[in-house]
Amino acid sequence: MNIIETRQLEKSFGGIQAVDHLSISIQEGLITGLVGPNGSGKTTLINLLSGFYPHDSGKIFFSNTERKNIFPDENQIFNITRTFQQIRLFDQMNVLDNLLVVLTERNPFLALFERHNKYHINQAENILKRVDLFEKRFENALNLSYGQRKLLEIARVLAMNTNIILLDEPFAGLFPEVAKKIENIIKELRTEGKTIILIEHNMSVIRDLCDYLIVMDAGKLLAEGNPEKVLEKQVVLEAYLGE
Amino acid sequence: MIEYIFHILIIVSIYGILALAQNLIMGNTGLLSVAGAAFYGIGAYITAIFVTKLGFNIMTMLIIAPIITGFIALLVGITFARFRDDYFMLATLGFLMIFHTVVRNWETVTGGSYGIVGIAKPSIFGFSLSSPNTFIYFAIIILLLATAICYFISRSSFGRVLNSIREDEDALKIFGYKTSTYKLIVFVISASLASLGGVLFASYITFIDSNLFTINESILLWAIIILGGIAKNRGALLGALFLIAIPEALRFIGFPNEVAGLMRQCIYGLLLVIFMLYRPKGILGTYKI
Repeated sequence: MNIIETRQLEKSFGGIQAVDHLSISIQEGLITGLVGPNGSGKTTLINLLSGFYPHDSGKIFFSNTERKNIFPDENQIFNITRTFQQIRLFDQMNVLDNLLVVLTERNPFLALFERHNKYHINQAENILKRVDLFEKRFENALNLSYGQRKLLEIARVLAMNTNIILLDEPFAGLFPEVAKKIENIIKELRTEGKTIILIEHNMSVIRDLCDYLIVMDAGKLLAEGNPEKVLEKQVVLEAYLGE
Repeated sequence: MIEYIFHILIIVSIYGILALAQNLIMGNTGLLSVAGAAFYGIGAYITAIFVTKLGFNIMTMLIIAPIITGFIALLVGITFARFRDDYFMLATLGFLMIFHTVVRNWETVTGGSYGIVGIAKPSIFGFSLSSPNTFIYFAIIILLLATAICYFISRSSFGRVLNSIREDEDALKIFGYKTSTYKLIVFVISASLASLGGVLFASYITFIDSNLFTINESILLWAIIILGGIAKNRGALLGALFLIAIPEALRFIGFPNEVAGLMRQCIYGLLLVIFMLYRPKGILGTYKI
């Protein structure tokens, strides 16, 4: 079943066409890789799907229902979460608070009278143990290493527990040990039936993790299908690898 | 002497309340508001008008002023909640200018540049709180109430969301938070709290005019919470104590009369610069905006 579908999706910034008549489908419960050269529109597509930018034209469907206006704060309702290419944590808050804000009440009037309780703390601590950040729980996010910051972003994704997860270069700049940790978490999420869109430049990671691959170039769909087959296509090699 | 100390403590209490209100919006939420003086003034003017023209008791104004001020903040905040950073600051500056223009020119209601005189002091069960020795209890009770409200908010899930808005509003939205609603609510609460400072001030000084609620007051509130420590309720109270008490303490240095005022201002300014050089996050602060 298609959980996300775009039809003739367009987004431009000034004279630059970032996403150009893009029609793709994302299958439920699979990890779909999204690759392409820098500036090919991958992050713009994630921003359109998560409501960070409004699309200019075309259509976006979630579970076969069109969403004309996507607002970031409605993502929880539509069971979507995401990470960012540039890590965006709540830097001057400790690691535990970075998670508790994901786990506690959304309604402002109820939030006013809510104190986090043992249930919230247990949930947060279990997630922090899963990403090896438990010992750092009282540390400000700002003081974490780059790898730990990436792990905290993943921890927030786990805390959101949504069906659709958009990951924007989660392995970029990581030591192999931390990258392996995140890779294992992504595999666990697949076994839990989550739908994942993964932007990544490392082709061995793509081959290892992805069930389906979409290649973009200059905002357009260049190729899609089985990762091994797609990566062998001449058009992909020329556009992406410059061969 | 004791009466003088009580007088200083009453002023510290009033600025403590205003600083707590400012800290909610600026320290906890990261919204650079200069509307603090306007809401302080609105509270004072509502009190002055209701007490002198309609015969209300000061005690009832502790309820009426925050409600009316909160309602005004709600109307204003519906528009302002869309803004952030420097746009928010400019919007609140515009509001402060409008407030100032209205109270200065609406003479029939606000007394214009002559202000409003003869505001009654509070009394409880026929016991008048007219001197600093008695008014201090009234001021401290209101300060404690405001402090309790601020601690209640900052320790709630709501308070954590405010801090997250300060850190990264867009990233917070991804987790399903309608941040504009949170900003609107904290704007209203902050305005209502600031109006309590206005009620206290009007009833203590018994005279108000528009020059008492200019941008200088808002800048002083910024200085208080930055000096005390951003996003810390204790910091706001400590900042108020420092910035109100230091100029008073400088009176006792014994400068020659002809330059005493200027010297006090210079030393006051120098102390602020030294503080910011060596404690850029304030005395108790751990945050930066």
